[in-house]
Amino acid sequence: MANKGWNEFEIGAMLRTFDGKIDDIAGTRQEDRAYSENSSFVASVADWRIEKPIFSKDFCIDCQFCWIYCPDMSIIARDKKMIGVDMDHCKGCGICVEVCPTNPKSLLMFPEQADEETELAQWPAKDEEKK
Amino acid sequence: MSEMKKIKNLKEFSTSADRFEGANLLCPGCAHSIIVREVLNATNDDLVLSASTGCLEVCTAVYPYTSWDASWIHIGFENGSTAVAGAEAMYNALRNKGRLKQPDRNPKFISFAGDGASYDIGFQWISGCMERGHNMMHVVLDNEVYANTGGQRSSSTPIGSSSTTAPAGRVSYGEKKNKKDMVSIMASHGIPYSAQVAPNKWKDMVKKIQHGFSVDGPVFINAVSPCTTEWKFDPKDTMMLSDLSTDSLVFPLYEIIDGHELNITYRPKNVVPVEEYLAAQGRFKHLFKDQYKYLIKEWQERVDAKWAYLNRREEARV
Ligand SMILES: Cc1ncc(C[n+]2csc(CCOP(=O)(O)OP(=O)(O)O)c2C)c(N)n1
Ligand code: SF4
Ligand code: SF4
Ligand code: SF4
Ligand SMILES: [Mg+2]
Repeated sequence: MANKGWNEFEIGAMLRTFDGKIDDIAGTRQEDRAYSENSSFVASVADWRIEKPIFSKDFCIDCQFCWIYCPDMSIIARDKKMIGVDMDHCKGCGICVEVCPTNPKSLLMFPEQADEETELAQWPAKDEEKK
Repeated sequence: MSEMKKIKNLKEFSTSADRFEGANLLCPGCAHSIIVREVLNATNDDLVLSASTGCLEVCTAVYPYTSWDASWIHIGFENGSTAVAGAEAMYNALRNKGRLKQPDRNPKFISFAGDGASYDIGFQWISGCMERGHNMMHVVLDNEVYANTGGQRSSSTPIGSSSTTAPAGRVSYGEKKNKKDMVSIMASHGIPYSAQVAPNKWKDMVKKIQHGFSVDGPVFINAVSPCTTEWKFDPKDTMMLSDLSTDSLVFPLYEIIDGHELNITYRPKNVVPVEEYLAAQGRFKHLFKDQYKYLIKEWQERVDAKWAYLNRREEARV
């Protein structure tokens, strides 16, 4: 269906999110789902970003504030742990950084072209002034 | 009845597998999406969803893509609610005839719509759904403006807000009419559950959504949805705005059971002055000019009066 133009699109046609049968979507993680070419999951908005979040796990307390408040399903949480950012779907809004409660923050925004390893190596230290 | 999903804390909630997908076209930092996630993740049951015309619908169903991992329908601006009501009525008819292939699956019927689609243009359709007693939930993504078409005022737009059809300028301070009280109007239909929610208070949200799923009959939910584009604030501040909205009591969190029993569900420890809520948004910028400062005082008085009213309603248990 995805490759058809409007003119070939049949009235009443349904777009299917998954290929084949799926019985328990709520119990199936993204990596185990057979997304069809009609799911926006297979697309990317990475080119919307001017800034991107980088995640440093050293100080992360797995509170999941970033997971619940990310508008773009881009904080990857598995087994109650924060494990990283989905860079295909992150729009670079910066909400995750704002809501991260650790000192120093476990997520910070950087220019899109910043090098992750370099930034992680010079991650800010704890700010003693803040309580 | 399937069992209610257990969500004790945020860590447990984070094991949910989202049924709403990224690479939709909502603005960076859009609260509509945060609300949708919290609502959908409150259950593991099957979903029958609709969206009325508006940002959520337009941005999540751009051919050839859908961002929904569930049955989802869009018809028009005004009738997302009745589309879901029709599906629910059909489902009941098939169940009564014993023709459901999987009768134990217990799907949830939810209609999402903006304030324009709910307070104005879909108003009589929603009223019909509530009056006929469909087993469904209508969720308003209340950003207090017709955002998708460029920021026209709706009957949810609050006093003093600048919108494209009621702009602030040399002769006007913008919107002159107060916001319509939809939670009360819907409760007046005598429905089992009507509530106001906010995305920053996710636990309160999940509790209310789950209560909504557990009752028999229509449920109305009004969710404050800070809009980075029309309220004019930085996308990173969506949750800050949501916090300010609940903690200034501009958006008090409460519920109305069976059309009359009112409970306040969140009492901020430190109530924030309304002025701080207004100051964080470009749409109210002009109110800080000397000639309009009296409007900020009036805002505070209105919010205080509404809070006092809610408290009296709660005490009275009527
Ligand atoms: C009957 C009808 N009138 C007008 C429109 C144009 N229209 C499309 S979306 C929209 C605004 C939606 O506002 P709201 O319901 O508040 O949702 P939001 O975009 O703010 O989330 C309008 C006016 C339409 N599609 N159909
Ligand atoms: S908000 Fe910060 S501390 Fe909490 S899970 Fe996310 S990165 Fe870790
Ligand atoms: S920057 Fe925004 S979209 Fe990206 S992960 Fe953080 S909250 Fe999600
Ligand atoms: S205009 Fe507002 S409601 Fe619409 S997508 Fe953008 S932030 Fe969301
Ligand atoms: Mg709106």
